Amino acid sequence: MAETLLQVNDVSMVFGGLRAVSNLNLEIKTGELIGLIGPNGAGKTTAFNMITGVYTPTEGDVIFDGTRTNGKKSYQVTQLGMARTFQNIRLFSELSVIDNVKIAYNMHVKYNLVEAVVRDGNYINEEEAITAKALDLLKIFKLDDKADEQAKNLPYGEQRRLEIARALATAPKLLLLDEPAAGMNPQETKELMEMIRWIRDEFKLSILLIEHDMGLVMGVCERIYVLEYGFCIAQGVPDEIKNNKRVIEAYLGEEVS
Amino acid sequence: MNAIRKFDLKALVASVILYSILEGLIMADIIGPFWELNIILICINVILATSLNLINGYTGQFSIGHAGFLAVGAYTGAIITVKLGLPFELALIVGTISAGALGFLIGLPTLRLNGDYLAIATLGLGEIIRICILNIDYVGGASGLMGIPRITNLAWSFGLMIFVIFFIKNFKNSAHGRACLAIRENEIAADTMGIDTTKYKVMAFTLGAAFAGTAGVLFSHYFYIAHPASFTFMRSFDILTMVVLGGLGSMTGAITGAVLLTFISAYLSDFPEWRMIIYSITLIVLMLRRPQGLFGSQELSLKMFKLGGGKDGGNTVTGK
Repeated sequence: MAETLLQVNDVSMVFGGLRAVSNLNLEIKTGELIGLIGPNGAGKTTAFNMITGVYTPTEGDVIFDGTRTNGKKSYQVTQLGMARTFQNIRLFSELSVIDNVKIAYNMHVKYNLVEAVVRDGNYINEEEAITAKALDLLKIFKLDDKADEQAKNLPYGEQRRLEIARALATAPKLLLLDEPAAGMNPQETKELMEMIRWIRDEFKLSILLIEHDMGLVMGVCERIYVLEYGFCIAQGVPDEIKNNKRVIEAYLGEEVS
Repeated sequence: MNAIRKFDLKALVASVILYSILEGLIMADIIGPFWELNIILICINVILATSLNLINGYTGQFSIGHAGFLAVGAYTGAIITVKLGLPFELALIVGTISAGALGFLIGLPTLRLNGDYLAIATLGLGEIIRICILNIDYVGGASGLMGIPRITNLAWSFGLMIFVIFFIKNFKNSAHGRACLAIRENEIAADTMGIDTTKYKVMAFTLGAAFAGTAGVLFSHYFYIAHPASFTFMRSFDILTMVVLGGLGSMTGAITGAVLLTFISAYLSDFPEWRMIIYSITLIVLMLRRPQGLFGSQELSLKMFKLGGGKDGGNTVTGK
């Protein structure tokens, strides 16, 4: 039995009079690949933002790897081992591809400000190591030949890949992907599906993903949570979800009686 | 990565040679006192422009109160030498640290703001510092602090300029500098990469303020006087203009901007009424033709010359 990596207990998020997410319960075990789906405006990204520390939940607890993370800032949550990508890609667009990845290694860098300025041996060694690691990672994602290009000049699909590579560079235990297939054609989506599964096995981490593309979610996720109007209306393995009446209603509307 | 050190060494040798040439020309009276003054002013302005570029260009926090920190350095330095009779070296250290400390204290609350709000807050800060100084009788109030010995010379100002340039260059090419660049590019993404954005914003602001303090000490110890009128918001805009002219986020750009504008001012010193007009026309043309500044956020490099798009920027050779 794998241990629990992320535990979301009865979490709610209230913006003024709007309950964006109500009493959400979520559990992810080590090594699992979980999907979070729901119609537009269901509160999926809000749930993501609460888990990653962008928002502090108004009620409830988020426990990650044994630490209570609500109230912690985003960067602290990342340092605990959680990384994410964004629905609308947020790269450091004016910087080079390799610098995008190097920045993700920042929190593991050991030299201090003085060593950086005088460029002592420690600085040189660390920088060499970071560059090598970043290049290795880029090679995995077939981006190494574009290492010195500005990130904004990459085609869309490669920008998505770079964002995932950057997230992986923080050495996460849990990777959250916010609509990784947005704007991709069926062929690219299929490749992405294989890549997600491969990342999980290769980097030995758990993945939580938000997605609209049902083919991708049903094909790759082991368990799925469904949100509607901030409430979790169903959870289970893909086959259960496919046949769940509430889910079909949420997506296609109620039957006229 | 021995190449990095080799490059540093070459740049250092180049700057020593440049210094020797300048010093030689001054000794031989080929450069008269007027241009000597302007060369020292260039050094001071380069320190100011590169340190502001660290805040505005690299970290992307739009600060326009740099003259305030310049004033703090100028006055604390002068207090050390004139009022307390202590050595100039100490004045440099205390001036730098006190401007940095003030930058740290001010940075903590104001760097929560961004964009226009931060610009207004820092503009206000610069004015507050000036008006405070204006009302402190101990430092001479409105008539300024007089009788400061002239200790700043080419060696001091050139040496410190090179120090600041190297400091900021190496800072930028480290993990700390990359964190600052990440904040400029996308603060939310930087945050999710595990970067403590507040820490790095305050760090850049503190360092920038501290170097402005260094420039202040050099400034007051060259012109015999520290006067509140030298530190108005027009001075802040002067520095900002240098940085924007050269290209926000480009070190060589900031240096070129500082050199160019100081030269223009010097040439136009006989027609002070024309100075501001030519200044503003230069800027309008630049903003229309090259809104990203002379170099954009790129650094001047040999590659640029090979492409034929290079521009002679005085002593920019030392700025990589």
